[in-house]
Amino acid sequence: MSIDSMFVHKMWNDHELSKMVKDGVPFPMLSDAGGKIGTLYGVYDPDAGVENRGRFLIDPDGIVQGFEVLTPPVGRNVSETLRQIQAFQLVRASKGAEATPSGWKPGKHVLNPGIDLVGKVWENWTTDMAFD
Amino acid sequence: MSEELNAGCERPASGPVEDVQAVEPIKELDNPMIKEKKMIQVGKKAPDFTAAGYHNNNFVNVTLSEHLGKWVVLCFYPGDFTFV
Repeated sequence: MSIDSMFVHKMWNDHELSKMVKDGVPFPMLSDAGGKIGTLYGVYDPDAGVENRGRFLIDPDGIVQGFEVLTPPVGRNVSETLRQIQAFQLVRASKGAEATPSGWKPGKHVLNPGIDLVGKVWENWTTDMAFD
Repeated sequence: MSEELNAGCERPASGPVEDVQAVEPIKELDNPMIKEKKMIQVGKKAPDFTAAGYHNNNFVNVTLSEHLGKWVVLCFYPGDFTFV
């Protein structure tokens, strides 16, 4: 979503993005002329007249589970976005019985929050696990 | 999931759909010029909106709440023909 019109989105997709991604962008490119939606989400910069790089993860119940907002010069890490979605999906599927500690990625050890874990995280998780 | 639009000159209405109350108002008491500021919170409902867009060679109208039941990644970026 950006402040550009849907016509400009079409031109960008057809003339540039489709050269990077076969068949073009697979999801809707939305228009937020005037920044009303960006303002609602706290990412519209009225001085610059554009949106900052905001990324929101919204779960199947419509609840915001996480977000990240960067100023324009620095791009995002899509792998990290996917990792977070996988982690939230795991937690949701376990109905909260499992939690993903720092550095978790699919296949890595999860934690089971509860009274037995109190004071025992050190037995289940080490600092090197926070990194790849 | 989305309503198709004609490619006319008129701009389809876009913006918040319903209660902006979903967003917690934050009072900035230190600065009387700013009455209140809205802020998204994790664990709270994502404000619903409708927006016009381009998808699969069609112009469409997309409403966030039509995607309940699925995970949604909502991305904002400064402008087309820049990087994302």
